[in-house]
Amino acid sequence: MQSSGGMTVALIGSAVVAAGVVAAPHFVDLFQVMQLTVFAAMAVLALSLGFIWGYGGILCFGQTCFFGLGAYAYAVAAINFGDSTPAILIAILVPVAFAALLGYFMIYGGISDVYLGVITLTVSLILFNLVNSTAGDFYKIGDARLGGFNGMPGVPTFNMPGDASYILSPEEAWIATGLALIMVYLGLRLLIASSFGRIIIAIRENETRAALLGYDPRIYKLVTFMIGGAVAGFAGALYVNWGAFVSPTIFALGLSAQIIIWVIIGGRGTLIGPVIGCLLLQWMVTEIGAQQALDANFILGAILVVFVLLVPKGIAPTLRDLALTWINRSKSGTAKTGVKVKI
Amino acid sequence: MDIAIIVGLDVVNGIASLILISAGLAVIFGMMKIINLAHGEFLMLGAYATVLSVSAGANIWLAMLVIAPVFVGLVGVIVERCLIQFLYGRLVDTMLATWGLSLMIVGATTMIFGNTIAGVSSPLGSFTVGAYQSSLYTPFLAVMAILLMATVWAVMRYTRVGLIARAVMQNPEMAATLGVNPTRVYMATFGVGAAMSGLAGGLLAPIAGVVPTMGAAYIAKAFITVVGGGTSILWGLITASGLFGFINQIAAFLTTPVFGEVILFVAAVGLIRMLPTGIAGKFFKGRL
Repeated sequence: MQSSGGMTVALIGSAVVAAGVVAAPHFVDLFQVMQLTVFAAMAVLALSLGFIWGYGGILCFGQTCFFGLGAYAYAVAAINFGDSTPAILIAILVPVAFAALLGYFMIYGGISDVYLGVITLTVSLILFNLVNSTAGDFYKIGDARLGGFNGMPGVPTFNMPGDASYILSPEEAWIATGLALIMVYLGLRLLIASSFGRIIIAIRENETRAALLGYDPRIYKLVTFMIGGAVAGFAGALYVNWGAFVSPTIFALGLSAQIIIWVIIGGRGTLIGPVIGCLLLQWMVTEIGAQQALDANFILGAILVVFVLLVPKGIAPTLRDLALTWINRSKSGTAKTGVKVKI
Repeated sequence: MDIAIIVGLDVVNGIASLILISAGLAVIFGMMKIINLAHGEFLMLGAYATVLSVSAGANIWLAMLVIAPVFVGLVGVIVERCLIQFLYGRLVDTMLATWGLSLMIVGATTMIFGNTIAGVSSPLGSFTVGAYQSSLYTPFLAVMAILLMATVWAVMRYTRVGLIARAVMQNPEMAATLGVNPTRVYMATFGVGAAMSGLAGGLLAPIAGVVPTMGAAYIAKAFITVVGGGTSILWGLITASGLFGFINQIAAFLTTPVFGEVILFVAAVGLIRMLPTGIAGKFFKGRL
């Protein structure tokens, strides 16, 4: 069971990390600040899949759909409004609406995990082709040209809420992104500790039993899926704010695979795991990009295969289990395994 | 009138290519209930095998119809022995592992051959319908699709191997108690499915851009077809290919190829909402 101690640790840890986020621009140079910003934006994306897969039990292979839709929605809205605050809201609402529609067909259709994974993957492939083909004057929303393969350059970045003329500096944008990551993390922690969170975990563990207890698994799964879409769309807005640019590669298969890998190596059934996995992998891919001998895809694929075969639980739960075993052993020599309830 | 013939040919071509690119995936899904996410890369390996053997001096027909399927079939058996066999019963993990495999194959091919490779030209000429011109390769693909389906049907219906395969498909435990070794059947299935993907890749080589990431262009349609068809190797695949190929080509003719794909997908999701186990789950239950 989730002890209140766990939440206290999370709060204290978040406060420490938040202090680090605010202090970071004083200690590292601008390039690293920019690097950290994109890592944090991606970590929000990792949280979205960590939540719906690890807690909701929904195997979504196409979380990039919502990420990309959020990014494009932000870009279109920010260009038209000239103010980032409503644009961020739209970057959340559009993916939620899309998740509601797609989720309704899949979840209420009662399809299996395998089908759900394949269909979500297919959606991202098709969105990639679709957005790729939107070159030319015909495809514009208000003042925003979608630009097809070339993407949309010069997207307005975040401004101070209520003052569209005050554009955040890269350091301020980093602080906003870092704090957003912490807020999303804490928000999801609270959600999981709530009765809604308990119900979706019950459904993940045993859907039939939860249904027999009177909870309709479909509506809970659909809402979980929509929350995942909202968080991923928000991550998309953060990502566009970092680069002031969005292109169809945001829907590409490679990113879908990376999100899955972050969650797999970090660990399903935790929230901190996907964040750690994301930061580790992002850093690693950046390092691989600096050399020529090995292809990044090859390494990522090998990591995925090795983790599925050898460490199927991921880093964070494996470490936690090891630590718990060690604590139990040092407490009493006889206790071999404690009864553990995952939360 | 001429335009009707050309659109008709497009529809036939669409259906035939759906059958070809999905057959290997459908065999593996029908028998083992897993989706091979490295399917696109198996197609790509078939295309590479064809292109490389042609540039090494082999006859193009030999390269497409023999070398590509044999090579990719061998790859499939190796993959099954080294990876898939450890994950039986873990459907989701199998999908994840094959996804990792797909990234590895793309990465390895890029490292070895670079991002591009010289293609092969289409071996057959063209013919004219009124004012329009079309490639003879189109009817050839249709003939290949029919031959492939006929072969699968004949093998499953009339041979001992087919009998064993059908038994394992319907009830692996019962087949095992009757002395069939499901592990060996699964290994052979994966090899045969991979070989069929290799054949499709070889046939695509003259008409597609042969690059390490070419698989991604085909898997969306292949996944939709197999998921829409359900766990039936033959009838699910044929009906789904027929339905989706028709919708796709007509929609592509009326709008653009990309919107054709979007409309195809919307139709497929609607179908899945009504028939969550695919066409075969409703109409061809327990059949081939």
